[in-house]
Amino acid sequence: MVVVILVVVVALVLVATGVFVAVRARRRDVVAGEPAAPPRPAVRTVAPIETPPVETPSIEELEALLRAPEAPEIPAPAAPEIIERPRLRDRLGGTRKAFSGAFGRMRGRKIDDETWDELEESLLLADVGMLTTTRLLDAVRTRAKEASATEPDELISLLRDEVVALLADDADRTLRLAPGEQNVWMFVGVNGVGKTTTIGKLASQRVGEGHRVVLAAGDTFRAAAADQLQLWAERTGGELVRGQEGADPSSVVFDAMSAAAGRGADLVLVDTAGRLHTKKNLMDELSKLRRIVDRTPGALKEVLLVIDASTGQNGLVQAKQFADAVEVTGIALTKLDGTSKGGIVLAIQSELGIPVKIVGVGEGIGDLIEFDPAEFASALFSDEG
Amino acid sequence: MFDALSDRLDGIFSKLRSRGRLSERDVDEISREIRLALLEADVNVRVVKSFIGRVKERAVGAEVAKALDPGQQFIKIVHEELVATLGGATGKLTMSPKPPTVLMLAGLQGSGKTTAAAKLARLLKSQGLHPLLVGADLQRPAAVEQLRVLAGRVDVPFYSEPTDPVSVARGAIEEAHRLGRNFVIVDTAGRLQIDNDLMDELKAIAAAVQPQNTLLVVDAMTGQEAVNVAEAFNDAVGLDGVILTKIDGDARGGAALSVKEVVGKPILYAGTGEKLDEFEAFHPDRMASRILGMGDVLTLIEKVEATFEEDEKRKAEELLQSGKLTLEDFLEQMQQIKRMGPLQNVLGMLPGMPKEVRNAEIDDKDLARIEAIIRSMTPEERRRPELINGSRRMRIARGSGTSTNEINSLLKQFKQVQQMMKGMGGLGRKAKAGKKGKGKSKGPKQPAGLPGAGFPGVPGGGLPGFPPR
Repeated sequence: MVVVILVVVVALVLVATGVFVAVRARRRDVVAGEPAAPPRPAVRTVAPIETPPVETPSIEELEALLRAPEAPEIPAPAAPEIIERPRLRDRLGGTRKAFSGAFGRMRGRKIDDETWDELEESLLLADVGMLTTTRLLDAVRTRAKEASATEPDELISLLRDEVVALLADDADRTLRLAPGEQNVWMFVGVNGVGKTTTIGKLASQRVGEGHRVVLAAGDTFRAAAADQLQLWAERTGGELVRGQEGADPSSVVFDAMSAAAGRGADLVLVDTAGRLHTKKNLMDELSKLRRIVDRTPGALKEVLLVIDASTGQNGLVQAKQFADAVEVTGIALTKLDGTSKGGIVLAIQSELGIPVKIVGVGEGIGDLIEFDPAEFASALFSDEG
Repeated sequence: MFDALSDRLDGIFSKLRSRGRLSERDVDEISREIRLALLEADVNVRVVKSFIGRVKERAVGAEVAKALDPGQQFIKIVHEELVATLGGATGKLTMSPKPPTVLMLAGLQGSGKTTAAAKLARLLKSQGLHPLLVGADLQRPAAVEQLRVLAGRVDVPFYSEPTDPVSVARGAIEEAHRLGRNFVIVDTAGRLQIDNDLMDELKAIAAAVQPQNTLLVVDAMTGQEAVNVAEAFNDAVGLDGVILTKIDGDARGGAALSVKEVVGKPILYAGTGEKLDEFEAFHPDRMASRILGMGDVLTLIEKVEATFEEDEKRKAEELLQSGKLTLEDFLEQMQQIKRMGPLQNVLGMLPGMPKEVRNAEIDDKDLARIEAIIRSMTPEERRRPELINGSRRMRIARGSGTSTNEINSLLKQFKQVQQMMKGMGGLGRKAKAGKKGKGKSKGPKQPAGLPGAGFPGVPGGGLPGFPPR
């Protein structure tokens, strides 16, 4: 019986997909009002998106901007967070403990099979994933042999080096923002990862640096999502553009960009509804949103995939699907202040070449910091305390 | 990249099936692969360890030696262990003898508490209870507002006040008495991490309203951390059950296994989609079957039995065996399948589907277009598509609101499928014979006993003629 169903369904699927892949391809050319598809590189994921040929400030200039005293008209609450941001290491206590537990046990013993098992288990417990764990440990094995290492401590230090090497990858981790023009950053991700909160924190920082920020409430699905963003706008001094609940998010984004142009705002932060990467129609909606932004050539500077640090191996699949749909330029790793290890970013970097750009480490408005691989790795492997 | 757990196990088991006996070395090797598969599915490392230990112990022992087919026996052991770990039976909520019954939701930020609260209220309401939704998450901006809106959508009264969570909970009980509601669902604040503030707040609420049910809400995509979360909440407030959310994604949901093992309390519900009615009782046996690559066979069989008439079943089987498929038959089969729900869902329930098929994107609207095309043909044309010439094509296109191009590609695609079916005619007979031989005593209602027999052979060796898409 099941065989019958199976065959019929297979037949159905084949016919349905075969026919309509062709039809869709044809229809796409006809859709009214769509600009001729902007030249999107056929590269799926890995290639870093090139900065559009605009004058981008040098890193020094940006850093100067970052340090610049806040513009006078900015309300007080935005003030403190620029001055002293928490260091990643201070926030990774949980991770440190997890590792030190395993590493502590290894101390003073000879390297044997059990040592390797414990290294593996520690990495797996951090959600690094089997593939990346095996890759890292293979590299460490080779190097340990070369260095004829005999102490577990040496292995740990070699492992730390490998992690840093894997993460560093010469990635550009600055969030691109060209002065004197419209900049758009889009935030995408599955449900509940902290997109809206991340936008709130970023808005606060950028307003504090003297930018005029527009928040686009592109999440028209979740009840009260726009209200949540509204509260952030009020708190941070950004301006909110919202639509009706259930409205087409692309109209909200379009309005936000027009409003930003009208008011001379230089940064538009686009919130989007959380969506599972398996929902084809919702992913299509996201691609459409991107195309709307792309009508202003060069405006879209960042597409940030927001990933919860407690995410398991599914994070890699998420990254791949979102990258395919909207060409993700970086990862915002959120909720890293818990015992969550965030090890999945190792897999994402190594498999897809997408760098982590910012890290959310707390609930405070200023708890959003730049990602530093060395700090991340040493915090990960620090065996003090 | 990562194969789904079921794919992995499929591979392992097909290797097993070809073997006559199960040596200790075999068990070791297979256990290693199952370990890998479970780890990729985010089952906690330590849970995997104990799980593998239990399976190995049973597998190497006498049970397998006595079995006729060691491969099947091994699969059975793994399946049974999975079911046992996941819960064995479907759990129930505890009702208070003195209404209202109080239920408190707990969990980290973003796990889906607020949505789960509204979905649960809707479900309980449909079961004849009178729930009251309570917004005690005063932390996240607009969380209370979100629940208020959702409560309106599921048409359940809502209560909150801008004071503090404990007062909200207390006030809610009074409100429930006043309104005559017999079930109170309290949504609480999440935190980014398991911290003392959060636990103290939960304890305070629990102390104030004495919930009969404290449920942990866990995201199915959670990784290794799931164990720590479950432990921490369990230690602090004593959990009575778990709600697993976002299982409509493609995460294998290993977190379910981890949490269950740690908390020891049943997973009661699962969130299966964004819509408020996409929420159902959790079925440990089905989840285990799915993990094992047997698809959600139980659900499928139930649906098939409900939708297919007896003679229609026979007809479908004859069709398969003859290897001849006309557009007319095709249309008829399509109607049957459509009755089972969206094609994508039906597809997901089938065991061991080839990846190309399972991952195919199907819009049910596309089916409607196909249907329109076929319905615009004359019966004669449906039986003999080669009749369709230029002018007939034009007529069909006009009749169905499509274009001649679409008709061309449908006909072409259909021809390919026809050829494939011819190739599979013999296979259908074979699979059926196999099923009869081995599964006679089991009957169709026990598909869980089927893994080794019959159809799993289909996807592996049965569809070589897959036309490239």
